[in-house]
Amino acid sequence: MAVSAPGRARVVLAKPGLDGHDRGVKVVGMALRDAGAEVVYLGLHVSPEQAVAAAVAEDADVIGLSVLSGVHLAVTEALVAECRRAGLDDVSVVVGGTIPPQDVPKLLGIGARAVYPVGTPLGDVVSGVLGIVDEKRGVS
Amino acid sequence: MTDLFTDSGIELRPFYDEDSVGSDLPDRLGEPGHPPFTRGAYESMYRGRLWSMRQYAGYGSAADTNARYRYLLSQGQTALSVAFDLPTQLGFDSTDDRVASEVGRVGVAIDTVEDMEMVFDGLPIDQLSVNFTINATAPIILAFYLVAAERQGAAMADVAGTLQNDILKEFLARKTFIFPPDHSIRLVADVVEYASAELPRFNGISITGYHAREAGCDAIQEVGLTMASAVAYSEAFRARGLDFDFFAPRLSFHFASQLDLFEEAAKVRAARRMWHRIATERFGATKEASARLRFFSGCSGATLTAQQPLNNVVRSTLQCLAAVLGGAQSIHVMGYDEALEIPTEESVRLALRTQQIIAHESGVAKVVDPLAGSYFVESLTDTLEERAWALVEEIDAGGGYVSMLAEGIPQRWVAEAAYRYERDVAQGAKIRVGVNKYVEDDEVAPPLFEIDVEAADRQRSTLRRRLAARDEKSAAEALSALREVLKSDDNAMPALLHCARSGCTLGEIADEMRAVFGEYREPQAW
Repeated sequence: MAVSAPGRARVVLAKPGLDGHDRGVKVVGMALRDAGAEVVYLGLHVSPEQAVAAAVAEDADVIGLSVLSGVHLAVTEALVAECRRAGLDDVSVVVGGTIPPQDVPKLLGIGARAVYPVGTPLGDVVSGVLGIVDEKRGVS
Repeated sequence: MTDLFTDSGIELRPFYDEDSVGSDLPDRLGEPGHPPFTRGAYESMYRGRLWSMRQYAGYGSAADTNARYRYLLSQGQTALSVAFDLPTQLGFDSTDDRVASEVGRVGVAIDTVEDMEMVFDGLPIDQLSVNFTINATAPIILAFYLVAAERQGAAMADVAGTLQNDILKEFLARKTFIFPPDHSIRLVADVVEYASAELPRFNGISITGYHAREAGCDAIQEVGLTMASAVAYSEAFRARGLDFDFFAPRLSFHFASQLDLFEEAAKVRAARRMWHRIATERFGATKEASARLRFFSGCSGATLTAQQPLNNVVRSTLQCLAAVLGGAQSIHVMGYDEALEIPTEESVRLALRTQQIIAHESGVAKVVDPLAGSYFVESLTDTLEERAWALVEEIDAGGGYVSMLAEGIPQRWVAEAAYRYERDVAQGAKIRVGVNKYVEDDEVAPPLFEIDVEAADRQRSTLRRRLAARDEKSAAEALSALREVLKSDDNAMPALLHCARSGCTLGEIADEMRAVFGEYREPQAW
């Protein structure tokens, strides 16, 4: 059953594409950090290759993308493909931002593990991400 | 009894009386249109002319955006405000593979001067006032616009409007910077110098607190950071030999309008008084117009909720009212669906109607500065001013705004304020109707704007066709002439106008700038 978690949850956050709206990603990063996670925020204009390289270097459990410019489908698809190319099977991709309701199932279909559209309570984002890490480590 | 505070943390008394305002109130107020401008930028304010109703709009191709502008003007909108897509804001052509999915997505794609001509096709530039939300590539967009105006036969003396061109707040909050700060400020100054000399009805910069506020800071920080940045720009323009009274009359400002009604109205009254003091005491303004703060008020997107989106109509109405009570020269009201997507035509129309109802039915526009003399509002105005001054002084003492930005310090202030706010919402200390109180299950999203996925392809084909038809030799010569100017201290605007006339693309011009200036990476957030 429950195995002790080997250290803290490790989360890499990034803003892909050209969007500069970074209020949300910073707030989520600070909240995850206060909840005990190790958070690395890569900043703006992060390419899929850069995100994957950081995930490998940081031994990340989760890569979180924040997109408020409407290109969430394209950038998530690109990141999931890059994760596959790099063989990162044990890293979950989560996506947050200005995501209209009809795109949530599309993002899950592309391979996002969880989607946090605008309006998601901050506590739900934190518990969702930490829950993914707990599940990966067999903590229940 | 519980302690109560404004949104920016000013403690509130149960009621206010004459002891709440100092004895020299008439001196702090002056008369409307006169120093220190607390009561308004102009004598007659909306009795003389209503504020400009300036809905921010643009999407897809130039033709799509032209159609939206024709619609808005036909519905009684009185001025335009251009939203550009991110590739245009960041100096990429629509054909650049790196940005393919972003073309026309959050604004209109502009690649060449012909796109700008198309945006204003059938819309007489010499009779319009147009705001351009553009920053790193602002000099290029201005060149395109002026050449489009020239081709319509407009006189430069009749070109009216505002170029946002505030790069410092991009480093702080909005983040569409390209070049390092010193080169970026040089380009801002090139535009301001050119516009001050050549374009008497055009504001070459809009010094902006809006985006920091939207990114999470409070009203006090919004005013303090805006004033600190106005000081930084004024110092930079003077350092290249420009006289304060030459450029200051065309400096314009941009503030947010959020939900704390009295605080928001008091905030801009305080800002006007502060700018008057900065202009006269710090920079020795001799022209009255140099100390007159004029501003565009943007209602807040950050306060809108994805839940129960129709509630946003009410929020936007209060925000528009605050902007009017504060004496804004122009106003944008958000569409109720903008927490979810760029607005539909119906939502934009309702936002415009909100402005029209406040203007024509509410009666609030009939008297100048109707809140003046209210014990509460005057006390708030004084307190906001005092606290925003403290921030300006902290920035002065910390080495000035530009150097603090380079260290990432104001960026952290904004992020920390955003986090405090979200924690208050999460803990229920701050009530958000429909979000953490009066929540409804089974909400249905409103019909949202549908993206035309073919618009980007149309834009790309248009650009390829234009490139095939242009005179390559003159385009190349214009670009190399530009590069030499960029390496010198000369004003880049004449060379940019030449590039625009020669069919150079926005991406090609931005590439020349990248080659000379380099690109900027921001400091780590933490």
